[in-house]
Amino acid sequence: MTDKTLLRVNDLSVNFGGLKALNGVNLELRKGEVLGLIGPNGAGKTTVFNALCGIITPDSGSLELHGQRIKWPQPHTLAKLKIARTLQGVGLFPDLSVFDNVMIGANKFATSGLIRAACGINQQDERALKERVQAALERVYVGGVAARRADTLAYPDTKRVSIARALVAEPEILLLDEPAGGLGPHDIEWLNGLIHNLKSATSIIIVEHHMDVVMSVCDRIYVLNFGEIIASGTPSQVREDQAVIQAYLGSKSKART
Amino acid sequence: MQKLLETLLIGVSTGSIYALMSLALVLVWRSTRVVNFAQAGQAMLSTYFGYEIASRSEIFWLGLAAAIIAGALVGAGVDFFFMRVLFKRAISGPAAVVAPVIATLGLLGLIRSIVGLTWGGEFKSIQAPASKDGLTIGQTTIPFSALNILIIATVSLILITLAIIFQRTNLGLSLRASAYAPEIAQLAGIRTARTRTIGWAIAGGVGAVAGMLVTSYNFLSPYSLDLLLVFGFIAAVIGGLESMVGSVIGALVLGIGLTFILNYVGTSLVFIGGFVVLIVVLLVKPDGIMARGKARRA
Repeated sequence: MTDKTLLRVNDLSVNFGGLKALNGVNLELRKGEVLGLIGPNGAGKTTVFNALCGIITPDSGSLELHGQRIKWPQPHTLAKLKIARTLQGVGLFPDLSVFDNVMIGANKFATSGLIRAACGINQQDERALKERVQAALERVYVGGVAARRADTLAYPDTKRVSIARALVAEPEILLLDEPAGGLGPHDIEWLNGLIHNLKSATSIIIVEHHMDVVMSVCDRIYVLNFGEIIASGTPSQVREDQAVIQAYLGSKSKART
Repeated sequence: MQKLLETLLIGVSTGSIYALMSLALVLVWRSTRVVNFAQAGQAMLSTYFGYEIASRSEIFWLGLAAAIIAGALVGAGVDFFFMRVLFKRAISGPAAVVAPVIATLGLLGLIRSIVGLTWGGEFKSIQAPASKDGLTIGQTTIPFSALNILIIATVSLILITLAIIFQRTNLGLSLRASAYAPEIAQLAGIRTARTRTIGWAIAGGVGAVAGMLVTSYNFLSPYSLDLLLVFGFIAAVIGGLESMVGSVIGALVLGIGLTFILNYVGTSLVFIGGFVVLIVVLLVKPDGIMARGKARRA
């Protein structure tokens, strides 16, 4: 483990009944790094995220954060651990406004107690939270739709709002689950730029099927197949790896970017 | 014309009490997907606490405050000690669907028995905070009383308070987020189990107010709030079970409708009328009057 290591997963295994979803997965995220997690459908990429977020409980394995061994998180403890995640299916609250959707992500910054919160007399707190939320929305260029209901937005904008909800928590580690899914070339270009800009302050793990995005933004890549890491390295190393080519494209082809 | 107006006013007063019970049911349904039949028992138990304080102090409002606190504590206790355990044990299969509902029925019976053992089965009454006599306008006395006005005012105040909590505070946002999609709310750092318990406490307090208001012009017994539960449930279904605004509108529609049946058709048809409304709504608009044709969950 290098002194730059932020997060380390050791020997992670997850079983769903008789199926080994993950088998002895090891991975390391360094500070300021964008780490890609790729693999064919069903390889176990989202399962790694779910284990990191406490949505599923690993059968074995350990987790280190800042070099300290910690328990596998509970979902509600993620924000305090400075980990934020976006979801594959966007995961916005359709009945709530865009602003409120992002406000939920700022929950950890609320300092008022229960009674003050219930009475709505935490004005200073409220003002600071609202400023954070507006800044997060503007960072992803959806500040102008803050008052609209989430279910009235175009799909690319919902993606931006879900990223804003993750960013408003000011995470040290950002888990992006297929952020480019369903986006057009213009939005993908914007996403690439955003990820490049974020990595000075936030380390990122990205699960993505768009190889253009992965090869463009990632510093290192882990490749999963049938729940096991079959390769890791820089994008160019992974691109040339025979096991990866075989897993993705079959033995006769060669991976393309 | 005068009778029409009287009927409308009394309907609003009656409907506003249904609205409280309906809201209590909706709050629990949204957060746990359980129709809480024990809500009648919780409200009744809280009202007995309110009765004790009101009859000793001879101040209705002190009794109401005690009932609200008792209702909130009972509601939170039911979730913390009962529902949380149940959800951990019955997590899959048919039991997971049926067990919570059956459990609330069992809890209703248990609360009734405890109340019966403690206070007995005889009717109790609470001194109303205002006159039950009809108001006199000019030379005409109408059956709409000062108590009816007070009930409407009290319920309005509670609805406004709830609206502020849910729409303008972080706690309300957490409650709404936890109800819509607890998995996503958790990822944002919300402790959904604790938030749900707060939701149960609010529901318990609201149910207690309904119990105290009904008892102020009626009587209290271990079974006296059963009809309120039935009408509260019908109102919640009219509103679509998910929507708090819908449940209030449903309650007012039901209250006014049943009062019209009472005044223009006959007393014996009131109970049937409630169920006819329920069946019609389920057949014509099963998602309720506030349905938007879209899933609420993210």
